[in-house]
Amino acid sequence: MWARAACLGLRASAAARRRGFTSAGADPQGSGRVTAELIEHLERLALVDFGSQEAVARLEKAIAFADRLRAVDTDGVEPMESVLEDRCLYLRSDNVVEGNCVEELLQNSHRVVEEYFVAPPGNISWSKLDEKGPSHTAE
Amino acid sequence: MAAPVLRWLCPGRCWAFARIGGCSCHGRGVPTASTSSGKRGQSSVARQSLITAQEPRKGDREWAAVVGLEIHAQISSNSKLFSGSQVHFAAPPNSLVSFFDASLPGTLPVLNRRCVEAAVMTGLALDCRINKKSLFDRKHYFYADLPAGYQITQQRLPIAVDGSLAYSVCVGKKLGQAVTRTVRVRQIQLEQDSGKSLHDDLRSQTLVDLNRAGVGLLEVVLEPDMSCGEEAAAAVRELQLILQALGTSRAIMAEGQLRVDANISVHHPGEPLGVRTEVKNLNSARFLARAIDYEIQRQISELENGGEILNETRSFDYKLGCTVPMRDKEGKQDYRFMPEPNLPPLLLYDSASLPAGADPQQVINIDRIREQLPELPSVTREKLVRRYGMLPEHSFALLNEVGLLEFFQNVMKETRAEPKKVASWVLNTFLGFLKQQNLAVSESPVTPSALAELLNLVERKAISSSAAKQVFEELWRSEGKTPAQIVAEKQLELMQDDEALEQLCRATMEAHPQVVMDLKKGNPRAINKLIGLVRKATLGRADPTAIKEVLERQLSG
Repeated sequence: MWARAACLGLRASAAARRRGFTSAGADPQGSGRVTAELIEHLERLALVDFGSQEAVARLEKAIAFADRLRAVDTDGVEPMESVLEDRCLYLRSDNVVEGNCVEELLQNSHRVVEEYFVAPPGNISWSKLDEKGPSHTAE
Repeated sequence: MAAPVLRWLCPGRCWAFARIGGCSCHGRGVPTASTSSGKRGQSSVARQSLITAQEPRKGDREWAAVVGLEIHAQISSNSKLFSGSQVHFAAPPNSLVSFFDASLPGTLPVLNRRCVEAAVMTGLALDCRINKKSLFDRKHYFYADLPAGYQITQQRLPIAVDGSLAYSVCVGKKLGQAVTRTVRVRQIQLEQDSGKSLHDDLRSQTLVDLNRAGVGLLEVVLEPDMSCGEEAAAAVRELQLILQALGTSRAIMAEGQLRVDANISVHHPGEPLGVRTEVKNLNSARFLARAIDYEIQRQISELENGGEILNETRSFDYKLGCTVPMRDKEGKQDYRFMPEPNLPPLLLYDSASLPAGADPQQVINIDRIREQLPELPSVTREKLVRRYGMLPEHSFALLNEVGLLEFFQNVMKETRAEPKKVASWVLNTFLGFLKQQNLAVSESPVTPSALAELLNLVERKAISSSAAKQVFEELWRSEGKTPAQIVAEKQLELMQDDEALEQLCRATMEAHPQVVMDLKKGNPRAINKLIGLVRKATLGRADPTAIKEVLERQLSG
C-alpha cells in the first residue's frame, strides 16, 4: 500500500512542478527529507498507514530519484498537456454496451454483503479512528 | 390554496442583525413561512445571542451576505460519461457497473459524445463562451465510492466559461413585483459522479454501490452574486427549469440529479469579504434557502459575539434546522490535481472551423447545437405575458408545475373566457385541488375540455362563479359527467327570471329596514349585506352584479 501512495505523491508533485499546481506540504527544494507532518498529511489523504521508518526512508529515496528530473533544462520548452495531445479524442455513441456483470465484479471484493462491496469505514470519521489509537510509526 | 408563485424575497440586500422572529433581512420582516419557520430549529444559544445583540452597542452595523453556488447536475444520457454502462436510478446494486467504473487495471476512459453535447448545450443556454479546447484532469480523493482514487474532472480548462443566469424573485408583499436578477456563471465542467456509500455504523462498515460511479455530471459554478437563501433558491430553480427544457438533465432533486453546495460569507458593506464556509449537499429545494439563511445568521452571530469564522465545510442538519461542521475532511483538502493522461484535449468546432472531410460522428459543431436549442423558460414566460396579458407571476406559476402550461393552453383552445380568468382558475382552483391530493397534472380527474366547458358556462352567465366552484368540485369527484349535466342535476343555473329577482330584492329590503337605513345614512358597504341576503334567498343562483343593479334601481326609485 505504501508504494502506491508514494508513487501517487511523486506523480502529483512532479505534475505540480510542471503545471504550477499548488501542492500543500510538498518540499519545494527537493532535499529528499520528508517531515513527519508531510507523512501524516499523506496518510490522511491516501488513507494509508506508512507503517515504519523504513517505509519513510524508502519514500525519501524515491523522491530523491525523481528529483533528478530537475536536472533537465526545460527553459523555453512549452509544457505538453499529455503525450497524446495531438491525437483526436475519440467520441463514443451514447449506447449501453457494458454492465450487468455484478457477480464477476464482486469476485474481486474481499467482503460482500448482498450485492454490495464492503469497505472499511476508514474515511468516514478519521477522528474516531484516531481515538481508537492506530499506530503511527512515522510520528 | 394559492399557487406557489414566486419566491418572496426580502427587500434589501443587507442583513440587519438585531431582528428577532422575522427575517434577518434589513427593512421589514419577511413574509415567508419558510424563513420564519427556519428559526424554529435554532438552538437556544443562538437565540440568546440574538437577544443580547439587540441592545444598541458600538459597532452595531449592517451586514451583507455573499452566496455563491456549485451545482452538480446529472446529465440525462443512456450511458455513463466514460463507459458504456447504463445510467438509471434505483437499479439493483452494482448492476450498472463496467470494468472501467470499478477501476479494474487496464481499463481506459472513452468519452460519451452525448455528455459533451449536453455540456455545450447547457453552456449556450447560459450564455457561456464555449472553449473550443478543454482539458480533463484528475482530482484525487480516497473514498470507496470512487475506486480509482480520483475523479476525472475539468479543473484547468473547463468546457464552458463566463455565462450568466437570470432569475426572478418577488420583492415586497404585493403581487406583481417580480424583480429579475442575474448571477454570473463562472464555468461549466464535465466530471464523473461517484458511487454511493451506505454507512453501517453498527457493524462499522460501508456498503458500496457503484451504479452511480461514472455517471456524467455538469458542475455549474455560480459566482457569489447572491445575498440570501431565497435568491439562491430562485437561481437554482431557474437553472433546474432550463436544464429540464434543454433535456440535458432531468434535474430531480429528490433523486439526487441536482445537488447544491453553497459558499457563504458575511461582511460589513464597503469592507472586504469575510471568510467563507461551504455548506455541502443541499439536496432539497425546501431546505436550500433555509440552510443558507441559517448559515448567514450563524456567521453574523458568531462575529457579533467576538468569534471568528473558520474556512470549513459544513452540512445542513434538516432535522435540527442548523448547519454543523463536517469533521470528515478536517479542512485538510488537497486534491493533488494533475492532467488526466489517458484523455487528449477535447476539441470542439464551429461551422467555420469544421475540418473538411471529418467523420461527423467524431466532431461536435457548436453552431449546430446552437440551432437546436429549444425555447428557454424565460422566453416562454415572456410570450405568455405578451400573448395573454397575464401577470408575470402567473407565467412563473404555469411553468413551475410539469404539464400545467400545456393544460392551460388546452383549456384556452376551447374556451371563450378571458385568459386572465382561465389562468386564475388553473392556478388557484385546479392547482389547489391537485396539491391537496398530491397529484400530478397528468393524474387530474378533470380534463382541459371539461374546465373549458365550465368556464364557458360562467362566461355565458349560465351559472355564477360560486356555482362554478361547486360544479368543479363535482367534476373532480365524479369523472365522466359534463359540467352541463352537473348544472342541470344540481339546479345551479343562474336565475334568468328578472321579475322574480325584482320581487326577491324588494322583499329582502322590506325584511331588513335597518340595513336599508344604514345604506341611506351613507354606509356604502351596507349594500353588500343586502346582496348577500338576496343571494341566499336565491340559493346562490343569482349573479351578484345583477342583484346589485336591481337593488340600486329600487333604492333610487
